[in-house]
Amino acid sequence: MTVKTATGAAAALPKAGGGSAGKSFWAWLNKRLPVDQFLATQVTEYYAPKNFNFWYYFGSLALVVLVLQLVTGIFLTMFYKPGEATAFDSVQFIMREVDFGWLIRYLHSSGASFFFIVVYLHMFRALLYGSYKPPRELLWLLGMLVYLALMAEAFMGYVLPWGNMSFWGAQVIINLFGTIPGIGPDLVLWIRGDYGIADATLNRLFSLHVAAVPLALLGLVALHLVALHEVGSNNPDGIEIKDKVGADGKPLDGIPFHPYYTVKDFVGVAVFLVLLAIVVFFVPNLGGLFLEAPNYEPANPVSTPADITPVWYFTPYYAMLRAVPDQRLGALLLLLGVLAFLFLPWLDRSPVKSMRYRGWMSRSALAIFVVSFVGLGYLGMQPALGIYVVIARILAALYFLFFLLMPFYTKLDPVKPVPERLVYHAH
Amino acid sequence: MADHAGVAGGDEVDLSRRKFLTRATIATGAVGAVFAAIPFIESWRPSERARALGAPVMVDLSKLEPGQMTLPVWRRQPIFVVRRTPDMLKRISGHDGELKDPGSKDSEQPAYASNEVRSRTPEFLVLIAICTHLGCLPKQRFDAGALSASWPGGFWCPCHGSRFDLAGRVFAGSPASVNLRVPPYSFPKETLLLIGADEKGVAS
Repeated sequence: MTVKTATGAAAALPKAGGGSAGKSFWAWLNKRLPVDQFLATQVTEYYAPKNFNFWYYFGSLALVVLVLQLVTGIFLTMFYKPGEATAFDSVQFIMREVDFGWLIRYLHSSGASFFFIVVYLHMFRALLYGSYKPPRELLWLLGMLVYLALMAEAFMGYVLPWGNMSFWGAQVIINLFGTIPGIGPDLVLWIRGDYGIADATLNRLFSLHVAAVPLALLGLVALHLVALHEVGSNNPDGIEIKDKVGADGKPLDGIPFHPYYTVKDFVGVAVFLVLLAIVVFFVPNLGGLFLEAPNYEPANPVSTPADITPVWYFTPYYAMLRAVPDQRLGALLLLLGVLAFLFLPWLDRSPVKSMRYRGWMSRSALAIFVVSFVGLGYLGMQPALGIYVVIARILAALYFLFFLLMPFYTKLDPVKPVPERLVYHAH
Repeated sequence: MADHAGVAGGDEVDLSRRKFLTRATIATGAVGAVFAAIPFIESWRPSERARALGAPVMVDLSKLEPGQMTLPVWRRQPIFVVRRTPDMLKRISGHDGELKDPGSKDSEQPAYASNEVRSRTPEFLVLIAICTHLGCLPKQRFDAGALSASWPGGFWCPCHGSRFDLAGRVFAGSPASVNLRVPPYSFPKETLLLIGADEKGVAS
């Protein structure tokens, strides 16, 4: 095994805590498992641009939330009983009778919302600095697959407590498949495994939620990270640091991920955990945003809640669905709204990556897009009546124009010259 | 493969033979994988138990007064059974222009309910109480004027605002595109409704 320990940091890590017994164990281990090599290439000698800012917290935070969801999820599975007759009661059992069950469940339910907050900010960062542009197209696509898997995971997780919003949410979402021409009705029957949302439906969603989708998520996240470390991180200037290397072959504007960014990310994690704790301990429902009131009633197939709205992270797409007075077109619009992100690497024709060097056209387009996404998110929580529907239609149009017109405005956009090296001010 | 000497050149690899064998193996494996997937896919279909519980449902209509509605459940779907009064029947006509599918051409109903009142007998309306938009349970708004001045009475979905008349036909401007579905049904006796079966047998 030839392990290059070029930096002091890499060499120091394995020695930590080491007497000679420790050292010989470490050597034994490395002959059989490339631990040192892995840590060097992926952490201590993985060079990241030195100008990461606030927006670069959310990748590592997403990993932290993933671990939080896995751990709390494993424990919830120990007490939760899937099935029409048992699901709702077992959640109440967790909340009232399992020691600290309430904490584990609120961590899991709030964790879901925080996952989406973190992922949306992570995606916004990519839009802001052109992180989806070549050579990071595949990295972006893998990230989008993570997002899609996360949406499926969140939807199925919301059905499990078998509250009335669980039931009717499942009804609405599964019926979306019924709008597919030809096979729709048979497909819906197959997904449900019964003539309505039933025990069979709940059990298969449980299996997918605790086994299939988490496995897929872990695999996709691993691929996302491998792809990231292959092409290297983008940065707020959108300049490739690999283009300017020193005599030692290392990027001049790069710094080792550890210790520089592990330390930075720990600060982010600390702040994040404070925010999570505030929600979990003081406002676990967040006024109906994170957990909706109708879900405190058991599922009732003959009583629709007064207003069916999904949890906040789906409402932008839900508003699009409701903005169209035709179920098939509405479902298609919802699907396109989600999938539009996949095409960004090929829609963006700008010669520069970062908004810092783009002109007013790209900047205004991004601003309008953010307003339309947030606006649709708000409207998706309101009743689909009168003026709300009109505004939702306008915002949905703006949302899609951001993508459809992108090849044109990014080409016409008066861009600024991009500097040779990163713009960096030491603190 | 005892006779190695028979292979031309001894150590030379017959690449076209290898390519053919590789492709044949992949193709055979792929066909096997497709067949192996079938049981897993089939396992998601409604079980025998679910199908048995989906048997036709009897509803006694003798206690249903004119103007009243009952909501039996058939195959986990709530069913609207309305005993329409002559006044309600009158309010079904006269607004064809405001409907998306007044003749129920694109909607789902048995042949015997493919008429203006969308039922076997004008008096009893039988509909699957699931909004054709996205599956919510519409609410009854039978009184004229209940939703707007021109409202002729019917059903209104609280989820996305779809509106249907007293024959379950959808009004223009609703997100639902087709009329409420009519299940197969029959009357074994005058006051006995059988949901899920008719002359053609039990619903598939």
